[in-house]
Amino acid sequence: MSQTFTLDGEEIPFRDGQTIIQAAHDAGRWIPHLCYHPEFKPHGSCKLCTVTVNGRHMASCTTQAAAGQTVESDTEALNGERRTLLQMLFVEGNHFCPSCEKSGDCKLQATAYELGMMTPHFDHFYPSRPVDASHPEVLLDFNRCILCSLCVRASRDVDGKCVFALSGRGIGTKLVVNAASGRLADTDAAIGDKALEVCPVGVILKKRRGFAVPIGERTYDKAPISETEE
Amino acid sequence: MTYHLETAEHPEKLRRVAIDPVSRVEGHGKVTLLLDEDNKVRQVRLHIVEFRGFEKFIQGRPYWEVPVMVQRLCGICPVSHHLAASKAMDAIVGAKRLTPTAEKIRRLMHYGQIMQSHALHFFHLCSPDLLFGFDSEVGQRNIVGVAAKHPETARRGVLIRKFGQEAIRLTAGKRIHGTGSIPGGVNKSLSVEERDYLLKDIYQIVAWCRDAVHLARELHETDPALYNSFGIFRSHFMSLIGADGQMDLYDGRLRARDDSGAIHFDGVAQADYEKYIQEEVKPWSYMKFPYFRALGNERGWYKVGPLARVQNCDSIPTPLADAERREFLDYAGGMPMHTALGYHWTRMIEMLHAAETIKDLLHDPDILGGDLMTTGERGFEGFGMIEAPRGTLIHHYRVDENDLVSMCNLIVSTTHNNQAMNEAIRHVARRYLHGREITEGLLNHIEVAIRAYDPCLSCATHALGKMPLAVELVDAAGTLVHRLQRDA
Repeated sequence: MSQTFTLDGEEIPFRDGQTIIQAAHDAGRWIPHLCYHPEFKPHGSCKLCTVTVNGRHMASCTTQAAAGQTVESDTEALNGERRTLLQMLFVEGNHFCPSCEKSGDCKLQATAYELGMMTPHFDHFYPSRPVDASHPEVLLDFNRCILCSLCVRASRDVDGKCVFALSGRGIGTKLVVNAASGRLADTDAAIGDKALEVCPVGVILKKRRGFAVPIGERTYDKAPISETEE
Repeated sequence: MTYHLETAEHPEKLRRVAIDPVSRVEGHGKVTLLLDEDNKVRQVRLHIVEFRGFEKFIQGRPYWEVPVMVQRLCGICPVSHHLAASKAMDAIVGAKRLTPTAEKIRRLMHYGQIMQSHALHFFHLCSPDLLFGFDSEVGQRNIVGVAAKHPETARRGVLIRKFGQEAIRLTAGKRIHGTGSIPGGVNKSLSVEERDYLLKDIYQIVAWCRDAVHLARELHETDPALYNSFGIFRSHFMSLIGADGQMDLYDGRLRARDDSGAIHFDGVAQADYEKYIQEEVKPWSYMKFPYFRALGNERGWYKVGPLARVQNCDSIPTPLADAERREFLDYAGGMPMHTALGYHWTRMIEMLHAAETIKDLLHDPDILGGDLMTTGERGFEGFGMIEAPRGTLIHHYRVDENDLVSMCNLIVSTTHNNQAMNEAIRHVARRYLHGREITEGLLNHIEVAIRAYDPCLSCATHALGKMPLAVELVDAAGTLVHRLQRDA
């Protein structure tokens, strides 16, 4: 652990094989992210964890830490770019926070608050996306999907089921389930699956929970995401 | 069916005067007057020009989301929608009877809503008309003017409303658009600290609410010629009535009286509302016109809200408000009062009742309990009815086997009063405007009549896909060139 790099001027120790975001996390430093999860192989797709490494833009979840790196993260320029990424995520889906049961527990919402996103800025796409309520215990509301692929990785790598996948390309990419009918009820998804636990937004929801947790007791009511993130 | 002054025979030849928007009401509406060359009124309409669509886009959403989503109909009475939807969804989760804690927390939330909404309406929106006069200097005729000339009245109005908002915040999580009520119960009760926070001010609030009733009464007694006749017309009344005929703003059965006070129907279960109430659509408004089926659209329309409720119940279950109710009935002389300004007096009686009810609830240990939820046999259809600040609010849903809403019908308080408000402004137009030069002060008389009903035009325009629309192309000579119409 004698090797270090600097993150916003602070010396951060790291072990061989650690990525920048892993080392930062171990040192108690938060780098904004959505598709990264410490339990899964990094995907590097949301780009929210982008930092500059020796002046170059790099995804901190896929970039190995190296001795002597000069890493910048919490700068106005980078946070401005992150706000733009968040704004694009908000307008590409249908995110109605006022009536979403994930409000207060949603990482997209919490990160937007943390980074001071005040408006969506861009025109909304208002895509037509379905709700899949076929499963007796789980609801899928695709309106809120940000294509982070955490459910895909959890199902494949932890549950060993491949219930979820990303289908299509580019702006046409969408989350699908592994059933000819396209219905979650026709997959082997089951309560207890890791894939049903990891959604950072309000796509994969346990039915009939709704608003059982009162305002004031939700995850990000108590502290901002920068102080609560894993 | 059209009413006198609803539709002029040759509107193209008449001068149009518009009050657009109607001010100091919730939402957006306008009034159009058509006048002939002698300034005689030929047509008067209250148009609701908002377009919402909740009944449509609530379809396909999970039922547990509905109480939170549908309350966005309104920023003034969201609690009413929140609770009406929750009550409907109680049936979906099979909660036939809530736990005592859950029901009392919901009641506390609801009576906080009644208090804050009634205070807002009386003090912030209407007191400028009542204290300064309907055609007083327009620059003074607002809450800032009231604060300057009557600072104690304005201060009390603000603090009464604040207290109601605090009761909502502590039960729902937020002052506006909270999440406290959920299908089958509530998600929190009160802590001792929260209870004590409300308890320390409630006695003062009760006293101020009683003073507000007396202020409204004094206005009637000071100028009975105006207050007893302004915007007057006879109609039926309807409201929910609780056990033993008492006023209950949270739950009950439907009762309707005719214009002389005789019972038209009584004890109607909420699930049977469609057997008694029908809605009519008209091509010039986004708001529907409900009426009693048995009487037809010509004679079956009715009033809801405070004036209806106070005269419809047999008693009010809190002593101060019931004493004021009896005073009101004595003043009315044994027959129902139909003047539009009677709404203010009765609204203040209800605000006093809300304050007394909150006081009683704050002394009830059940509001500190931890047993919050009830479940039972799954249902597929739910009716939720509540007496919102402006009148009877009806939510009706069907939910499919996958937990998604398949049907939603909402009849909101202001919609019940649609015909009544139109009749009130026609009465005022005939009496005050007919044949006279139109001034701002005279036009405000029209608005005063509308305001008396405390309409919420945002709430009242929730439908989508049912409204008739008509577009007419008329040439300069008034000849109809082309007409497009979509029927309901």
